[in-house]
Amino acid sequence: MAAGQEKGRFTGYWLIAPAAIWLGLFFVVPFYSLLSTSLYDPEGSVLTGYKVTFHVQNFSQAIQDYWHPMVRSLWYAGLATLICLVLGYVLAYAIAFKGGRWRNLLLVLVIAPFFTSFLVRTLSWKLILADDGFIVNSLQAVHLLGQDGRLLATPVAVIAGLTYNFLPFMVLPLYASLEKIDIRLVEASSDLYASPARGFFKVTWPLSLPGVVAGTLLTFIPAAGDYINATLLGSPNQRMVGNVIQDLFTTTGDYAAAGALSVILMAVIVAMVMVWVRTSGTEDLV
Amino acid sequence: MSQVVDQRETGRRAVGSRSLRLTQLTKEFATFTAVKSLDLEIPQGSFFALLGPSGCGKTTTLRMVAGLETPTSGTIHLGDTDVTYEKPYRRPVNTVFQNYALFPHLDIFENVAFGLRRRKSKEVDKQVKDMLDLVELESQARKKPAQLSGGQQQRVALARALINRPEVLLLDEPLGALDLKLRRAMQIEIKRIQTEVGLTFVHVTHDQEEAMTMADTIAVMNAGVIEQMGAPGELYENPRTTFVANFLGQSNLIAGTIVGRDTGYDGQDVVKVEMQGTIVSIPADRAHADSGAGWVGVRPEKVLIARAGEPIDAPGNHMTGGVISDVSFVGVSTQYLVRMPWGQELMAFEQNTGARELFAPGTAVDVSWRPEYAFLLDASQDAKAGIEEE
Repeated sequence: MAAGQEKGRFTGYWLIAPAAIWLGLFFVVPFYSLLSTSLYDPEGSVLTGYKVTFHVQNFSQAIQDYWHPMVRSLWYAGLATLICLVLGYVLAYAIAFKGGRWRNLLLVLVIAPFFTSFLVRTLSWKLILADDGFIVNSLQAVHLLGQDGRLLATPVAVIAGLTYNFLPFMVLPLYASLEKIDIRLVEASSDLYASPARGFFKVTWPLSLPGVVAGTLLTFIPAAGDYINATLLGSPNQRMVGNVIQDLFTTTGDYAAAGALSVILMAVIVAMVMVWVRTSGTEDLV
Repeated sequence: MSQVVDQRETGRRAVGSRSLRLTQLTKEFATFTAVKSLDLEIPQGSFFALLGPSGCGKTTTLRMVAGLETPTSGTIHLGDTDVTYEKPYRRPVNTVFQNYALFPHLDIFENVAFGLRRRKSKEVDKQVKDMLDLVELESQARKKPAQLSGGQQQRVALARALINRPEVLLLDEPLGALDLKLRRAMQIEIKRIQTEVGLTFVHVTHDQEEAMTMADTIAVMNAGVIEQMGAPGELYENPRTTFVANFLGQSNLIAGTIVGRDTGYDGQDVVKVEMQGTIVSIPADRAHADSGAGWVGVRPEKVLIARAGEPIDAPGNHMTGGVISDVSFVGVSTQYLVRMPWGQELMAFEQNTGARELFAPGTAVDVSWRPEYAFLLDASQDAKAGIEEE
């Protein structure tokens, strides 16, 4: 028995190894490389080559030059996340509690958009929101939009695109959490004098918080770094931080600024996530 | 201020002295009828048990009283108030759920305070502390339900409902998840609390022993209707249907033919029944059939046995020619199966008082019981009704 225990001592490490190697190769190394890029001498270019000179001013310079798209990114992503939460919660709630035997079909429909490429779907939003498209015409007809008003190349289009693209990432964790809620708890709350609304806020909502937190993270984090929606549906006025980083890396070749901006984006998101997880108190949930 | 509270307090008590009345209550689901035209009146302050096998409609009845299920037809009254379609959160009725349904995200204190907080009650802290005291959980107030044992969770569920002082407290198989010993302790505990607080308790269970231990009145329910209702002793000693005879304890049911009425040896009215060649007499108030074929019933512990030919210490219906076919010793008693000449096996439980001889299988015995312990049921009923569920 003792020999067996001796033998099994390293099993845990062996099981961790593949994931550790994977993360090492594809997260730690790239992150290290990104970090060193952000500390390049800003004078470097593709022609003269780059040197790590620990030029920390890259960061302050990046913030100074690009704080605008940065704030816009967080704002767009935050708004899209909020809209996703409202839409997704209603949808997930309906599937979990009223779906009956249609549940699985409805869930498949939620992920059905993934069968088509992200790019193609975003491009088709261009058609939906086009200047002479059905939606714009209808809105103009009811005077919600002026005669020369448009949706494309406005924040509305970018946020709508973000909302559409990341909605399934919100719905699935919400559904997973809601579906686990014992319906008898809701009955118990109603037995204990809670109206349906009170019962929802006192029982269903707190019990679904793990799904809310997971869903908002899965929506907000990719949305904040996204540049496809802003590229295809927006104009330079809707440039998000992802567009800036992409430009700096691929067009301008300003690796130092691009690296610094990427690191800043990462740090901001990590900080916001930590605050969010803390305040929502989900670590407290059983 | 205190006067106002006092007035309201007495007002509530006056309103509280009301009975729960179900009139022709019916619940139909898509494929079956769970409750069929149920009539029931439960006096205020009583401990009432709805007893029956699973699927008999007892939980549906309870849920209709709680407001969690809407009746198809019929009415529910609390005193003179019709609450048939009242929302569950507006009824002065609380439930102890089968699996407790404690809120996992709230601690014990907040679970118990839930109803008070929704009604904006005064002095929540004190009331909750007193209630936790009553169920002996004051030290667990800040724990989460998952950190408690089954018995403790059960008491939290009880406290959470009880603290609201409902006019009617509904208990849906509240002890089903507990082990036998704990269940016994909780039965006595709940009965004690009911006596202390004096509220109307309606207890749904499939455990006949539990129903008999706790309730003043039991209604035995089967297939959506009440078979018989009465005090536990009355139901047990004088069942009116084969279902009650079998579901509440065990019974020997022997086929017989009713001969007619007569006056017995002590001047009481009796019904004479010809049973496998012997004429037995059954007191008229225990005979639930008048003519034709009937089932003569007798509880196993009322059946006395003695070695063939030896006198049995009870005068009464005497039958000869039995042979012991099975003996099980269960400590307080010995349970015998006696094969009678007509092929039926009768159950006989003998107390192990030490005075009686233990019989071995194969022993020839005579069987007897006092006529006043037997009962007579209509033969149109299935003699096995209510057995499978046990």
